[in-house]
Amino acid sequence: MYERYITAASTYAHSIDHLFLLIAALVGFWLILAEVVLFALVIKYREKEGRPTRHITGEEKELHRWITIPHVLVILCDIVIVVPAILVWYNIKQAQPPAEQTVRVYAQQWAWSFQEPGPDGKLDTEDDIRTVGELHVTVNATYHFELMSRDVVHSFAIPSFRLKQDALPGRTITGWFRPNRVGTYDIQCTQMCGLGHALMAGRVIVETQQDHAAWLIRNANPSLASLPAAPAPVPENTTMAEARR
Amino acid sequence: MSEQMQHAGHEQAGQDHAEPGFFLKYCWSTDHKIIAMQYLFTGMLMAVIGGFLAYVFRMQLGFPNHSVPGFGLVTPGRYNAVVTMHGTIMIFWVAMPVLIAAFGNFLIPLMIGCDDMAFPRINRLSYQIFLLSAIVLLVSFAVKGGAFGGAWTAYPPLSSNGAYNLTPLGAVLWLLAVALEFVAFLLGGINFTVTVMNSRAPGMKMFDIPILIWMIVLATVIFMASAGPLIAGAVMLLFDQTLATGFYDPQRGGDPLLWQHLFWFFGHPEVYVVLLPAMGIVAEIIAVFARKKLFGYKSMLYSTWGVGILSFVVWAHHQFVAGIDPRMANVFTVTTLLISIPVAELVFLYIATLYGGSIRLDTPMLWALGFMAEFLIGGVTGIFLGSSGTDIYLHDTYFLVAHFHYTFVPIAIISVFAGITFWFPKMFGRMMNETLGKIHFWGTVIPFNVIFIPLFITGAAGDQRRIYSYAQFAEQSRPALQHLRTTSTIALLVMLAFQLIFIFNFFWSMWNGKRAGDNPWRSTTLEWTVPSPPPHGNFAELPTVYRGPYEYGLPGRADDYWPQNAPN
Repeated sequence: MYERYITAASTYAHSIDHLFLLIAALVGFWLILAEVVLFALVIKYREKEGRPTRHITGEEKELHRWITIPHVLVILCDIVIVVPAILVWYNIKQAQPPAEQTVRVYAQQWAWSFQEPGPDGKLDTEDDIRTVGELHVTVNATYHFELMSRDVVHSFAIPSFRLKQDALPGRTITGWFRPNRVGTYDIQCTQMCGLGHALMAGRVIVETQQDHAAWLIRNANPSLASLPAAPAPVPENTTMAEARR
Repeated sequence: MSEQMQHAGHEQAGQDHAEPGFFLKYCWSTDHKIIAMQYLFTGMLMAVIGGFLAYVFRMQLGFPNHSVPGFGLVTPGRYNAVVTMHGTIMIFWVAMPVLIAAFGNFLIPLMIGCDDMAFPRINRLSYQIFLLSAIVLLVSFAVKGGAFGGAWTAYPPLSSNGAYNLTPLGAVLWLLAVALEFVAFLLGGINFTVTVMNSRAPGMKMFDIPILIWMIVLATVIFMASAGPLIAGAVMLLFDQTLATGFYDPQRGGDPLLWQHLFWFFGHPEVYVVLLPAMGIVAEIIAVFARKKLFGYKSMLYSTWGVGILSFVVWAHHQFVAGIDPRMANVFTVTTLLISIPVAELVFLYIATLYGGSIRLDTPMLWALGFMAEFLIGGVTGIFLGSSGTDIYLHDTYFLVAHFHYTFVPIAIISVFAGITFWFPKMFGRMMNETLGKIHFWGTVIPFNVIFIPLFITGAAGDQRRIYSYAQFAEQSRPALQHLRTTSTIALLVMLAFQLIFIFNFFWSMWNGKRAGDNPWRSTTLEWTVPSPPPHGNFAELPTVYRGPYEYGLPGRADDYWPQNAPN
C-alpha cells in the first residue's frame, strides 16, 4: 500500500507492507463498525418528547451477548494479527539467512560511517573500504551488518528497505538485509541524538554486480589496486550469537 | 511570614473564623476545591505554553526555515528543545494535573459525600511542589545552553552527558522538574486513595462509587506502583549528569538500555494513568445525557482493573528495535494485543450505554461522544505499532506520532473540555454559553482530524519524528509530502484560533453566565446535591447513600432520575 509513497527495495519490504494491509483490513472493519453503531445509536435515541428511556443494567443475559459476541470476535482478530506479526518479525530480526557479504556500520554524532570489505571480500583486511555517509551494496546479495555507536543511541533506518535498528554504544548489534532493486535510498537516524539529529543523513547505493566491482576497484587502497578483482567468496556463516561476541 | 503560617494553621482547625484574605483563601488554602482550581488554572496555563510550542515547531515543519512570528528562526537546537518541552509539558504538566489532580481534588470529596480530602495539608503541599516543578521547568528555557532537547524520553547517554546534549544545565533542570512533579503526584495519589477508601458517605458501598472516582483511584494506584522504578532511574540519571557516575555509560560498565526499561515500565502505565480519568469523565457524562444507567457497571470496573494490570507487562513494545533480545518482542507483542481485549470491552460497554436512551446533545455530551469517536481511531492504530512486524518500519515515524495524538488529544483535550463544560456550573455556579460551546467543539474536533490524518500518511511514507527539516532526505523532501505537512500546520493554526472562543466563554461565563442552581443536568450523583459553588465543608449535613450512582429512567417514578441520597 505505501509503495505509492515509498519504494520497496529489499526482500522483506513486501512482507511488512502485506502485514500492514492485513491489520488495516481487520482494524478498519472494527473501526467502521464501531463508528457506525455509535452514530446510529446517537441518531436513533435522540431525545423525543414523551419517549421514556429504558432501564437496562447491562447484566441481562440476552443483552450482554451483544458485548460478548463481538468480544470473542475481537480476540479472534487479535490471534489473526499476532501470528503473522510474529512471523514477519522472526524472519527479519531473529532468523538470519547466511551472509554473502558483511559490512560494519558506525553511528556517531552526526554521521554514518561504513566499513566494507575490499576486493578480497573480507572485513578487517588491508583493502577494506571506509566511507562516510555512503554505503555501496550489490543488488540481490544478502548482507549482514554489524551496527555500533561511538557515542549516544542512534537508529539505523532505511525506509525503502523497511529496516530499522537502534545502535547502542558498547554493543554490536547484527541484522541483515537483501536489497532487490537498484537505486539510491535514504539512510536516516531515527533516534534523537542531539543537535545535528536531522542532519544525520546517509545514502545507500544499490548497484549491479559489475558497477559494484568497478566501484571497489576505484576505491580500494591504491597500493593494492593491482590486485585482481576476484568475485567475493561467501564468508563463513555468522549466527547472531557469534556476531554479538 | 510566620504570622501567615499561624493564620493558616488556625484556618485548618476548621473553627469559626473570619473570611480569610485573598492570599489565604486562594493561595494557601487546604480546601480541596481551591486546590483543584489551582491545579486546573496551572494546567491550563501550561497548556497554553505547550500549545505555543506546538505552534512553533509545526510552523517550522509547514513552512521550513521561515522565521516563526512570535518566536523567531527555529534552529536545530531550538527545534529539539521545543519538541522535547512540548511532550514533557503536555503529559506531565497538563494531562496529569488537570485530569487527575484538578478533577480528582474537586470531585472526590463531592462525589463520595465528605467534607474534604483525608490529608488536606498534604494536599496543599502537593500543589506547592507541583507549582515549584512547573517553575523549575520553565526556568530551564532561560539557562545557559537553553532547555533540554533530548526528547521527552531522555535516553542516555545523550541525556546523561552534557558533552553530548550541549544543554548541561537544561538537562539537569528538566530531570529535577520531572522528579519534583512525581513527588507532588505521589503525595496527591496516596491522598486520593486513602480518601476514597475511608471517607465515603454512610451507605456508599464499593459498587455504589461513581465510575469516575473508581477510575481516578485505579489511575493513582497504577501511577504509584509504576513511578518507583522511574524515580530510581531518575536518581541514577541525575548522578550520571552531576556526579559523573556511570550507571548508563557503557564505557564504565553501565548500560543505556537500563534507563529505557525503567522509563517505559513507568511510561506505558502512564498512558493509562491519564486515560482512566478521561474515560471516567466520559462515562459520567454519557450516563447523564443519555439518561441511562451505565451498561454493565461491574463489567466496566473489571475491565478497567484488567487494563490496569496488563499495562504493567507491555512496556517493551516501545523498545522492539531498541536492541533488546529480539525474542522478547514476541512476548510483548502478545501482551500488547491482549490489552485490546479489556479496552474493546470498555468501548463496547460505552457504546451500549447509549442504547435505549434519550440523548441530549448539549456541549458536554458532544465532547464525550467526540472522545469516543476519536479515541477509537487512536486505539485501532495502536495495533499497527504493537505488532512487532509492522513496528520495525513504523517505529518513531509520524504514524506513531499521529497514533498517540489520537489517544492523547481525546484524553487530555477532548475529555478535559467535556469535564470542564459539565462541571463548570458546579465549580462556579453559572452555566457556560451553549452556542459558543458548540462552535468551540466543532472548531476543535474538525481541525484536530485535519492535523493528524495527513501525518498518518507522511509517517507511512517514512517521515521520522523530531526532524526539524527534511531537506537532507531525498525521499522525504518530495513536494507531495510537504503539502501534507503544510496542511497539518494550517489546521493547527485554525484549531488554536478556536481555543480563544473557549477562553472567552470560560471567563465570561464565570461572571455573566446564567445561574446554574444545584443540579442543572438533573444528575443522580452527590456533587449535585450541594449548592453551586459548594461552600467550605461542602455538605451542610453529610449525606447518606441508598443506591448506585446511575438510576435513570426507572419505570413508575415521577422523575426520570433517582439521586443517590434520596431515601425513596
